[in-house]
Amino acid sequence: MNHSISLTVNGARRDFVLDDPRVTLLDLLRERLHLTGTKKGCDRGQCGACTILVDGKRINSCLALAVSHDGADILTIEGVARGDQLHPVQAAFIAHDGFQCGFCTPGQIMSAIGMMQEAQAGSDPERIRECMSGNLCRCGAYAGIVDAVLDAQGQMDESNQRRSA
Amino acid sequence: MKQFDYVRPATVAEAVAAAVQPGAAYLAAGTNLLDLMKGGVSRPDRLVDVTHLDGLDAIETLADGSLRIGALVSNADLAHDPVFARSYPAVAEALLSGASAQLRNAATVGGNLLQRTRCAYFYDTASRCNKREAGSGCDARDGENRGHAVLGWSDSCIATHPSDFCVPLVALDAVVEIEGKSGRREIALDELHCLPGNSPERESALEPGDIVVAVRLPPAARGFAAHARYLKVRDRTSYAFAVVSAAAALRIENGKVAEARIALGGVAAKPWRVRAAEDVLRGVAPTADAFQEAAWRALTDAKPSGDNAFKIELARRIVMRALTLAAAGTPARLPALPASPFAATSGAIHA
Amino acid sequence: MPELNLTSAPAHIRHGSNIGQPLTRRDGVLKVTGQATYAADNHLPGMLFAVIAVSSIAHGRVVSLDVTAAKRHPGVVDVMTPDHKPQLAIDPEIKTNPFVFRMEALQSNEVRYANQPIAVVIAETLEAATEGAVLLAPRYESLPPLVGLDAGESFVPPVVGVGNPTENHLGDVEAGLASAEKQIDATYETPPQYHNAMEPHAIVVQWDGDRLSVDMPTQGLVLSLARIAELFGIAHDKIHIRSPFLGGGFGSKGLMGGPPVLGIMAAKLVGRPIKLVLRREQMYGPVGHRAPTRQRLRIGADGEGRLTALDHHARTVSSTFDDFYEPAADASHTLYAAPAIRTSHDAVRVNTGTPLFMRAPGEATGSIALESAIDEMAWACGMDPLAFRLKNYAEVEPISGKPFSSKALRACYEQGAARFGWAKRSLQARQMRDDAGLLVGWGMGTATFPALMFQAEARAAIRRDGTGVMEIGAHDMGQGAWTALAQIAADAVGLDIDRVTFKAGTSDLPDAGIAGGSAHTATAGAAIHSAGAAVIAKLADLATGDERSPLFGAGNAGVIARDGRLIRRDDESRGESYAEILARAGVAEVEARGTGAPNPAAMEEYAMHAHGAVFAEVKVDPELGQIRVSRMVGAFAAGRIVNPRMVQSQLFGGMIWGMSFALHEEAITDRRTGRIMNANLGEYHVPVNADVPPLDVITVDEHDPHVNALGIKGVGEIGITGSAGAVANAVWHATGVRVRRFPIRIEDLLTQS
Ligand SMILES: Cc1cc2nc3c(=O)[nH]c(=O)nc-3n(C[C@H](O)[C@H](O)[C@H](O)COP(=O)(O)OP(=O)(O)OC[C@H]3O[C@@H](n4cnc5c(N)ncnc54)[C@H](O)[C@@H]3O)c2cc1C
Ligand code: SF4
Ligand code: FES
Ligand code: FES
Repeated sequence: MNHSISLTVNGARRDFVLDDPRVTLLDLLRERLHLTGTKKGCDRGQCGACTILVDGKRINSCLALAVSHDGADILTIEGVARGDQLHPVQAAFIAHDGFQCGFCTPGQIMSAIGMMQEAQAGSDPERIRECMSGNLCRCGAYAGIVDAVLDAQGQMDESNQRRSA
Repeated sequence: MKQFDYVRPATVAEAVAAAVQPGAAYLAAGTNLLDLMKGGVSRPDRLVDVTHLDGLDAIETLADGSLRIGALVSNADLAHDPVFARSYPAVAEALLSGASAQLRNAATVGGNLLQRTRCAYFYDTASRCNKREAGSGCDARDGENRGHAVLGWSDSCIATHPSDFCVPLVALDAVVEIEGKSGRREIALDELHCLPGNSPERESALEPGDIVVAVRLPPAARGFAAHARYLKVRDRTSYAFAVVSAAAALRIENGKVAEARIALGGVAAKPWRVRAAEDVLRGVAPTADAFQEAAWRALTDAKPSGDNAFKIELARRIVMRALTLAAAGTPARLPALPASPFAATSGAIHA
Repeated sequence: MPELNLTSAPAHIRHGSNIGQPLTRRDGVLKVTGQATYAADNHLPGMLFAVIAVSSIAHGRVVSLDVTAAKRHPGVVDVMTPDHKPQLAIDPEIKTNPFVFRMEALQSNEVRYANQPIAVVIAETLEAATEGAVLLAPRYESLPPLVGLDAGESFVPPVVGVGNPTENHLGDVEAGLASAEKQIDATYETPPQYHNAMEPHAIVVQWDGDRLSVDMPTQGLVLSLARIAELFGIAHDKIHIRSPFLGGGFGSKGLMGGPPVLGIMAAKLVGRPIKLVLRREQMYGPVGHRAPTRQRLRIGADGEGRLTALDHHARTVSSTFDDFYEPAADASHTLYAAPAIRTSHDAVRVNTGTPLFMRAPGEATGSIALESAIDEMAWACGMDPLAFRLKNYAEVEPISGKPFSSKALRACYEQGAARFGWAKRSLQARQMRDDAGLLVGWGMGTATFPALMFQAEARAAIRRDGTGVMEIGAHDMGQGAWTALAQIAADAVGLDIDRVTFKAGTSDLPDAGIAGGSAHTATAGAAIHSAGAAVIAKLADLATGDERSPLFGAGNAGVIARDGRLIRRDDESRGESYAEILARAGVAEVEARGTGAPNPAAMEEYAMHAHGAVFAEVKVDPELGQIRVSRMVGAFAAGRIVNPRMVQSQLFGGMIWGMSFALHEEAITDRRTGRIMNANLGEYHVPVNADVPPLDVITVDEHDPHVNALGIKGVGEIGITGSAGAVANAVWHATGVRVRRFPIRIEDLLTQS
C-alpha cells in the first residue's frame, strides 16, 4: 500500500509517496532523499548517530517510522549552517576538536542544538555530559564535545543578551 | 522487518476496532516496538498508529486534585512539566534517568508502561523463550542471567520489566485508564503487569484492542513531594538500564514517618511495590535503623534466579539509601545526574 | 568523485613552520556539515541493497535456506548462497601472505562461528533486503561449540601478534622467584572485546566489465586492493578504491574481511551496483575482535622493592580456522627492569570469528594485568606505586638489553604526578572520601607502545604556479591524517599549507602502508618528508645549474626551501621563487618520489618505544559499588608531536578506551551456544559522555634522532595502555578490593560496605 506523506526537510516542503511503511525517517533521509549527513551507527536507538530534530526536538531517526511522522518539520545536519556560515555549535566543534573520525558528529551536533533548545543543561558541564549521553563517540572525543557545547552556549547566551540589551 | 499494514485511526474507538484483531499492535513512538520489529522479536501484521489521536497528550489536574497524564505525553515533556516535577519529583527523576534525551523526547507514557523486557534471550530469536513463544522454554534460566529477576519469577520466566518510570508510579498508587472493546475501565498500575507464573507470554492485564489512554496519580500522591527520590544503580553512568533501582517516598509529620512508599525496579517482571517494608516505617522516626529494617523486609521473599544473588544485597542497600535520601528531602532542583549515586558531585576529598 | 574540498577551519592558527602547530582539522567543515562522504553515503544509479544473513549457531552447517520465501518478498532480486554465487579466482581459505586472513565468502555451508555470513539477499530496497534475509529461516545441523578459555587442549602457537616469538626469556625466573622476599602470584582475566567503530563496515561497489569501483572504509588501501585483485582475478590497475574518511577503524578495517568481498560478489552476481552495510550485531563476528585472555603473573621482589623476577604467562584463544594470538604477555618486555623475565603464551581454539588487532593489541590486554600486578607488588612491599615503578625503572630494554632510542618516561612520571597531585596519596586503600561520602581512590599505570615503522611511498610535485602537490594513499580514521600529513607535506616542500594540494584516501595514489600500529604518521610522514626533499633537490638542481639563477653555483653550499622560495644556505638574501625557477626552466612541474621505511640498523641498535604515565581518580559508592572515574592525567613522551591538538585528542581517546577496558567493555558469550548475547551498543557498554571526566594530557618533549627522520613515535594506541591499569588500581585504592577479572563490575565491590 502506498502512503502519501509530506515533510518539511530543512525548510523545504517535500511531498512523496512511500511505497513501504517500514521505512524509517533515517532510511528515508539517507537512502531515498540522499541526505546522508545523518548517520546510522546501530539502527536500534543505542548510539545517537541518527539524531535529528523533529518539530524542534531531538530524536533518534532510526526508531521513527516515516509514515508516522507525516506533517513533521525536520532539521538535519545539512540544514544547520546558513550557506558558508557555520552554526556556532558547528564552529565550536571544529575549534575544540570535538570529533575525530567524524561519524558521530552530525548526531552530536544535532543533539547539542536540541539540548540547547531544551534549556535544561545551561553551562553546567556535568549537566551537559548527562544530556549528551545519548550520543556515543567511540573515538572518545567527549572532552572536546563538552568544551564545544560550553563555548557555543556561551556565545549564544552572549548574543541573546546583546539582542535583549 | 516483516511487512505490515499501517493504519492511522482518527479516534480512540477506531483505534480499538483496528487493534482488536490478532496480529495487530499499537504504535506509539516506536522506540521499543520498532526495535523489537527490527530484531524479528515482534512481527505484527498491522500497526495501529496512535500518535495522531487527539486528546491523549494533555497533562491535567482534575477537580479532586489527581493528575491525569495522557498516554501520548512524551517522557521528556512530562518530566520537564514544572507542576508535575514539583508535585511528583521522584517520578520526574525516574523519567530523566531512563534511556537518553533523544529517546525521552520520543517515548510516550503509554509506551513506557508497556515496553517489553530487555532479557537478551527474549531478544535473541534463536534462543528459546516462553515469553516470545509460549511453551518453548527459557534459555535465560541456565544462561547469562546476571540481570534477571530476584522476585516474583517462575521457572518459566525470570525476566524483569525495565521501566524506570513505573517504579515511582507504582509506589504512588498510579491508576491506568484503559479503553477497550467494552468501553473504558481503570486498573491500578500495580495490576497492569503480570508475573510470569506458567504463562509468561501474558505480560499485562490488557486484552486485545485495549489501549492505555491515560495514567492518573491520585491526590494523595502529592503528599510525598517533600521527601521523594528515585535511585538507580547502573553499569555505566548514563544511558543504561537499571541493575536495580528503587523509589522511596515519605510523608513525614512531626518527626515521624506518617506514610512510606517503596518500590523496586529491575528485580521482577513488574515494578515491585513492597508494602511490607512500608508498614515497618509507619509511625516511626526516620532513622537508619528503621530504614535498615524496612530494607530487609523489602527483600525477604527474594531469591536468585541465576547468577544474580548480588542483586538481592544490592537491592537492600538501594532501598536503604533511597529512604535515606528521601528523608533528607527532595532537592530543590533535580541533580545533574538524575537518580545516580553520583548525583551530588563534590570536589573536596578527605583522607 | 569530486576532489575533496578541505578547508582551513575557523580557528586556523599558524606561525612559522607547519609541523608542531595545533591546526584545526582541515576536514572539519566537511565533518560538521554532514558533507564528509563515508562509504555508505554513496549512491549509484541502479544500485541495489545487499543484506547479509548470518548464522545463529556457532558450529555445524547450514542444511537449508528458504530462498523461495526470500525471493517471494516484493523487491528481492536475488539471493546469493554457497550454491549460487560467482566463482572467486582463488579459494579464500588460502593464505597467500601473513596479512591474509581466512574469510567467509560463502565457500561452503560449514559454520565456524556465530554471526558468520551464510547468505546475501539482494533487493531494490534496504527494507526488502533486510526482511528477505530473515525469511531465509536457515536450518542447521549443529555441533557442540567450543567456548571459552578452557575450551579444549591448549597449545603453544608458533608466533603471537604479528610474528612475535611466543616465549621470551632473560635469566632464571624460578631462581629469581625463589630468592624473592615478596612474591605475587595472581591471575587476571580480560574479556573478548569488539572494535565497534561507530561506522559499520560498508561497501558500495560497481563493476564495469572487469573494472571495479569500490567505496569502502579501509585502513589499508593497497593491501585491500591486492586482496581484491587476487580473489577476483583482476589486475591491480582495474580496481579503484576510495576511502577518504573512515568512521573509526581501530584495527577492524585494516585487512580485507569477508563482508566487503560478499558485496563485490553480489554486484557481480546481479550485474548492478551494490550497497552492503553491516548491521551492528553483525560486527560481532566476521570483522575481528580482541581475544579474551587469562594471564598469570608471578613476580618476586627483594627487601628493597627491587624486582627479582617477572613471569608473565597469557592464555588466549583463536578461531578454529585461522591464527591470531593476542600477544598479551609481551607487555612485560619493555617496562620494568628485572634480572629474570619470562613471557609466554598458549592458546585454545574456539568457535569464534578470528580475533584480530584491536587498538593496542597485546599491549592493552597485557598492560592491565601487568600494571595491576605491579601495583599489587608495590603494596606488598609497602611502597608507593610510583616509587616502586621508579625503583624498577628500565634504563635499557630489559630482555634485549638494548638502549632506548629515547625514553622520557621519568619526565612523564614526574610531570604527570605533579599535575595530578600524586604526592598526597595515602599508601593504604580505602582511606579517602569526598564530601558526599563516596570512596575515592588514586591509581597509576605506565604506558608503553612500540615506535613502529612500515613501508610507504609518496609523490611530491612543485608546479609552475609555485604551488605543491603531495600524493599518498594515506587513511584518515579520525587520527587526523588530512591535517597532520598535510602539515608534514607543507614543510617537506617548503610551502605554506594552503599552497599544497594534499591528496590521500584513494588506491591510485602511492602506497601509504597500513594505518595501524600507531605507525601511520611516522611512516607516511617519512615518505612525504623524503618525497619533499627529493622534489626540492630536483628544483635546486634546476636552479643551481642555471647561470641565470641567483642560486647558480650554490650546489656545495646548498639551498633551503622556505615559503615557496629556494634560498642559499650561506646567504639567505639570495634566492628565487619556485615559480621563477620553473618558468625559466620551461617545465610545467618537477616531481619526485620518496619512501618511508624502518631503519634496520637503528632497530638493531636501539629499542624504540613511546612511554607515558597515567594517573586516575575514581569514586566508588561505598555501599552500592557503582564506579565513576572522576579525573585522569596522562603524561606521554612520544617523540615529535606533529599537531598537538590532534595528538591530545588521540591520547584522550586512548585513555577513554583504557577506562572502558577496566570498567565497561565485555562481550558476553553464552557458553552453551557460543552466541554473543550483547551484540549491540545498548548492552555492550562503551563509555558515554557522562562516564568521561575532565581529562588532562601532558606531552613531554622528546627528541628522538633514531626512530625516523622526523622523530615521530605515534600516539594512536599508547593511551589505552597504562590507563586501564591506572583505573583498575584506583578502584583497589578506593575500596581495598582487588578485582582481577575485567571489566570490574558492581557485584565485585559489594563484598564489603
Ligand atoms: C537504547 C534504549 C535505552 C533505553 N533505556 C531505558 C531506560 O533506561 N529506562 C527505561 O525506563 N526505558 C528505557 N528505554 C525504553 C524506552 O523507555 C521505551 O522504549 C519507551 O518508553 C517506549 O515508548 P514508545 O512510545 O516509544 O512505545 P512504543 O515502542 O511505540 O510501544 C511500546 C509498546 O507499548 C505498546 N503501546 C504503546 N502505547 C500504547 C498505548 N497507549 N496503549 C496500549 N499499548 C501501547 C506498543 O504496542 C508496544 O508494544 C530504552 C530504550 C532504548 C531503545
Ligand atoms: S527469562 Fe523470560 S523473557 Fe527471558 S528467555 Fe526466559 S522466558 Fe524469555
Ligand atoms: S542509529 Fe539511531 S541510535 Fe544508533
Ligand atoms: S568522532 Fe569518531 S565516533 Fe565520535
